[in-house]
Amino acid sequence: MNYIPNILFAAALVLGIGYFVKNVKKLVRNIKLGQDVDVSDHKDQRWQNMIRIALGQGKMVRRPVAGILHIIVYLGFIIINIEVLEIILDGLTGQHRLFSFMGGFYGFLIGSFEVLALLVFVSVVIFWIRRNVIKLQRFWKPEMTSWPKNDGNFILYFEMVLMTLFLVMNATDMHLQEMQSGNVISQFITPLFSGMSEGTLHLVERSAWWLHILGILVFLNYLYYSKHLHILLAFPNTYFGKIKPKGEFNNLEAVTNEVKMMMDPDADPFAMPEEGVEEEVPAKFGASDVQDLSWVQLLNAYTCTECGRCTSECPANLTGKQLSPRKIMMDTRDRLEEVGKNMDANNGEFKDDGKQLLGDYISHEEIWACTTCNACVEACPVSIDPLSIILEMRRYLVMEQSAAPMELNNMMSNIENNGAPWPYNQMDRLNWVDEK
Amino acid sequence: MDQLIVKTMADYMAEGKQPEILFWVGSAGSYDDRAKKITRAFVKLLNKAQVEFAVLGTEESCTGDVAKRAGNEFLFQMQAMMNIELLNGYEVKRIVTACPHSYNTLKNEYPALGGQYQVQHHTEYIEELIQAGRLKIETSSKLNGKRITFHDPCYLGRANEVYEAPRNLLRTLGVDLVEMKRHKQTALCCGAGGAQMFKEPEKGDKDINVLRTEDALKTEPSIIATGCPYCNTMMTDGVKAKEKEGAVQVMDVAELLANAEDL
Ligand code: SF4
Ligand code: SF4
Repeated sequence: MNYIPNILFAAALVLGIGYFVKNVKKLVRNIKLGQDVDVSDHKDQRWQNMIRIALGQGKMVRRPVAGILHIIVYLGFIIINIEVLEIILDGLTGQHRLFSFMGGFYGFLIGSFEVLALLVFVSVVIFWIRRNVIKLQRFWKPEMTSWPKNDGNFILYFEMVLMTLFLVMNATDMHLQEMQSGNVISQFITPLFSGMSEGTLHLVERSAWWLHILGILVFLNYLYYSKHLHILLAFPNTYFGKIKPKGEFNNLEAVTNEVKMMMDPDADPFAMPEEGVEEEVPAKFGASDVQDLSWVQLLNAYTCTECGRCTSECPANLTGKQLSPRKIMMDTRDRLEEVGKNMDANNGEFKDDGKQLLGDYISHEEIWACTTCNACVEACPVSIDPLSIILEMRRYLVMEQSAAPMELNNMMSNIENNGAPWPYNQMDRLNWVDEK
Repeated sequence: MDQLIVKTMADYMAEGKQPEILFWVGSAGSYDDRAKKITRAFVKLLNKAQVEFAVLGTEESCTGDVAKRAGNEFLFQMQAMMNIELLNGYEVKRIVTACPHSYNTLKNEYPALGGQYQVQHHTEYIEELIQAGRLKIETSSKLNGKRITFHDPCYLGRANEVYEAPRNLLRTLGVDLVEMKRHKQTALCCGAGGAQMFKEPEKGDKDINVLRTEDALKTEPSIIATGCPYCNTMMTDGVKAKEKEGAVQVMDVAELLANAEDL
C-alpha cells in the first residue's frame, strides 16, 4: 500500500512529460513546413548571439524596469529547478528531502530558493500591475484582446500560485523547521498554521507538495499553447536569428537565374534544361501563406513573446496605421497552428481550406504601411525579424499578383524606362553640375 | 567656388587613369531640386580637398533599392546587374555616396550578384579626408554654439550601424549637438523608406514625418541635420507642416560643412 503515492507520482510524471513531448513533435513538424534556408554559417557569431541575447538577456535591459524584473523571474525559474529535481527524486523514491544530508549547505540552498521565490512573486505582481492597472500601452493594442490578453495574465497567476505553494510547503514542513535553517522566508508564514494539529499540518504540507509538482507539469504543457513557449525557443531562435547587416535583404536566387537569362543575348529562351539538371523554378515568388516562409520565420512566430516592443517602436503603428509587427508574428503563428490542425485531421496531408496568411490574416494595407526601417527587428529581445515576412508578402503581391499600389507601379515603370523612380530623362542626370 | 569640377568615369577612361573614388550620386541626388544642393555641397568639399573623383553621369542608373523594398525583386536585380556590369567594366573599387539607400544596397546586396566594392557614406569619407589632413574645416563662427540635432537615417544607422561619422563631423563645427529622445538604434524613421517616398501613406492619425519632426523640435534646434536626401525632404515637409520654416532649417551634414567653409 505504501507504494501507491510513488506509483501515482511516476504516472503523473510520465503523463505530463509524454504529452509535452507529443506537442514538441507537432511543433517541430509545423516549423519544418517552412522552406529550407542555409543557416550553417557564422557558427561562432551565432553561439555568441545566443549566449548574449537569450542566456544573458542582453536585450531585455534596454527597458530597465521590465528587464530587471524579467531577469529575476528568469533566474528564479532556472535556479528553483534544483528544488524540483529533489521533489522528483523524493516522489519517485518515497523519501522526504533527499538532499538534506548536505546539512548547512542544504539550508543555504533552500534559503536562497525562498528568497528567490519571494522576489519572483513580487516581480510577477508588478508585471500584473503594469498590464492590468497601469495598462501599459503596448499590452492594450487591438491584437491583444481575448486569448493573448488572458494568456499573459494566466502565466502570471500560475507563477504566483507556484511560488505560494512552494513557500507554504516549506512553512508547514516540520522536518525543515527542525533543521533550524533554510526557512528564511517561510518562517514568517508558519504562524498562520500554528493552531493546526500535526496531522493537519502534514496534510497541508503534502497537498502543497503535490499541487506544486502537478502545477509544474501542467505549466510545462501549457507552454505549447502560450506565448510562454519563448522560454524554450528563445535559445534556438537567437542562434538562427539574422546575422547580416539589418539593411541587407536576401537576393532571390531564382530571380537571379531568370534575370541572367534575360540579359544574356546568347541565351536561348526556349532551350530545354540540360539533362539531369533540375530546373529550379520555385512554385511562387514571395509568400502568401506560411508554407512559403522559411522555417526560421516560422520558428520566429512560435518564439514571439507578444511583448510588443517591436510595435511600440514601429513608426507606422505610432502614427495610427494598421500595421503592427507583433500582429504579423501572431498571425503567422495562428495560421501555422491552423495549418497544423488541418494536417492532423487529414492524416498528415494539408487539405486546401480556401484560406491563406495574406488576406485572411494580414491585410494588404498592413503590408504596404511598412517603411522597412528595421526598428521592430532592433527592438525584439529574442531576435525576431517581422520585416522579412512583410517583405516576402510584398514580393508575392508584386511579382505574382501585380497588386502594388498604383503609385508604386508608376515608380517602377519609371525605373524600367528611365533608370530613376521619377519620370526624368536619363540624359539629364548630370544637370546638377551647372545648376546653382 | 561656383564652378564645380566634375569628371565622369568615361573621362578618366579616356585619359587612361583611375579616379580615387567613384561618387555615386543616386537618383534623388541627380534629379530632386533639394537633393541636388546636397550633391553640389559634397562636390565642393571634394574639390576643396582635391580629390580625384568621378561620377558615372548619364551612365548611372537607379540602384534598384526602392524596387527591391517594394517587393519587385526582378526589377531590382535587372538594375543591379546592369550597374554591376558598368562598374566592373570601369574596374571601380571604391564608391562613396550621399544616399544611405544606395549605400546599403551597393554595400550589402550587390556583392551576392557579383559587385564587390568598398562602399562609404559621404560622412564617413569626409571624416577620413579630415583625419588624413586633406580637408581642413575651421570651427565656424556662424555655427559655433548653435543647437543642432541629427536625425539618423534608418539605412545608415540601424541598417549599417554608422552612427558616429556624421556626429563627429558636426562636432568639428563646434556646434551644440543635442540628441532627440529616440536616436541612434531607436531613431524613428522619417517615413520615406521602403518605397513610402513614392506613395501616399496608409490612413492613420498622423504622418510619420510630422511625428519625427516633433521629436526633433522638442530639442529646440536651430538646424535639423541629416545625412540622407529622403530624410531631408521628409523633415523639410515636417517643419513646414509645423509652420516652423522661419525658425528651423533642415540641412545635410555636407551642406553644413560646405557652408562653414563658405564654399
Ligand atoms: S520595419 Fe516596418 S514593421 Fe518594422 S518597425 Fe519599421 S515600419 Fe514597422
Ligand atoms: S516580435 Fe519580438 S518584440 Fe515583437 S512582440 Fe514578438 S517578441 Fe516582442
